[in-house]
Amino acid sequence: MPDLRIALLITHIRPEEKLLIEAFQSRGIEPHIILDRSVNIDLTAGAEQLAPSGIPWSAYAVVLERCVSTSRGMYLQAILNSWGIPTVNSYATAAVCADKLLTTLALAQAGVPQPNTRVAFDEESAVEAIEGLGYPAVLKPVTGSWGRLLARVNDRTAAEAIIEHRLTLGSYTHHTFYAQEYVQKPDRDIRAFVVGNQTICAIYRTSEHWITNTARGGTASNCPVTPELNALCLRAANAVGGGVLALDLFEDPDRGLLLNEINHTMEFRNSSKPTGVDIAAHVVGYALETARHAEAETRVAAL
Amino acid sequence: MTHISTCPDCCAEIHLPADTMLHELLPCPDCGAELEVLNLNPVELDLAPEMQEDWGE
Repeated sequence: MPDLRIALLITHIRPEEKLLIEAFQSRGIEPHIILDRSVNIDLTAGAEQLAPSGIPWSAYAVVLERCVSTSRGMYLQAILNSWGIPTVNSYATAAVCADKLLTTLALAQAGVPQPNTRVAFDEESAVEAIEGLGYPAVLKPVTGSWGRLLARVNDRTAAEAIIEHRLTLGSYTHHTFYAQEYVQKPDRDIRAFVVGNQTICAIYRTSEHWITNTARGGTASNCPVTPELNALCLRAANAVGGGVLALDLFEDPDRGLLLNEINHTMEFRNSSKPTGVDIAAHVVGYALETARHAEAETRVAAL
Repeated sequence: MTHISTCPDCCAEIHLPADTMLHELLPCPDCGAELEVLNLNPVELDLAPEMQEDWGE
């Protein structure tokens, strides 16, 4: 599909975006790079207005959203989807995945096993919520990434201090106390990559630290995608709307796999090598399939 | 073709790989500052924006 117009929405180019651009180019497609900082959209007008690339937004068959800024990416997905322009991922999927509380709700509704999780909004009830889970527990911001501002709460003294700090120093999003049981996992967790209806690969993220994110120094190695892992990941991905997703799972010694969280603008620079899977090629293939599907629907609607 | 520029923070000479892209992030090999490529011809580097609270995956 060399005549397809594809846009890549970015904050800047990380190794992942470079790999994605190369994957498009290998298919004969030169994606239009659009910086989120250059966007200036009339919200009361429609998709015929010009994108920063100089052509109408409506000319794009699909927009691949790769903003490192969650708020910019989500608002742009909302705008584009409201105009009928397909995005990867959809706004609906991003809105759920960007909020850990909404993700937990979606997974609970789908019956996906996950760590026990509670929410509270007040100092006293937050301590009660944490003690309901038992020590140690984990306090997380409902939004955020890369393991930032996670707090392992070992006792009541720590709980009271962290809650007070968040109420005093944090923005309102930090006044929602999202508390999760601490899962006694081995020194690793699993990150699985779902593209469409397939778990294309997975890695173990191993670290002596209880936070195993590779952004925090965790090391990546191949994790075989078993039928059990694949089935659970697809159920979880569907629960949040599906698309291109990175799912983080814990291995609980008694309960088996537990779904921890889902990322909708996944990083994968450290994952293609240990798994031997060209993740960028899969993502580009899915984006082009999304464009094809949307064009077919438009043709049918025009009949 | 390799591009050559200097770090805006520590003035170290930086050799950019031939496949460097516009708006790509790269670290200064000397001081470790994260830089963004603002222009390729001629090469212009600036400090990358500071990480914001909503940045992530």
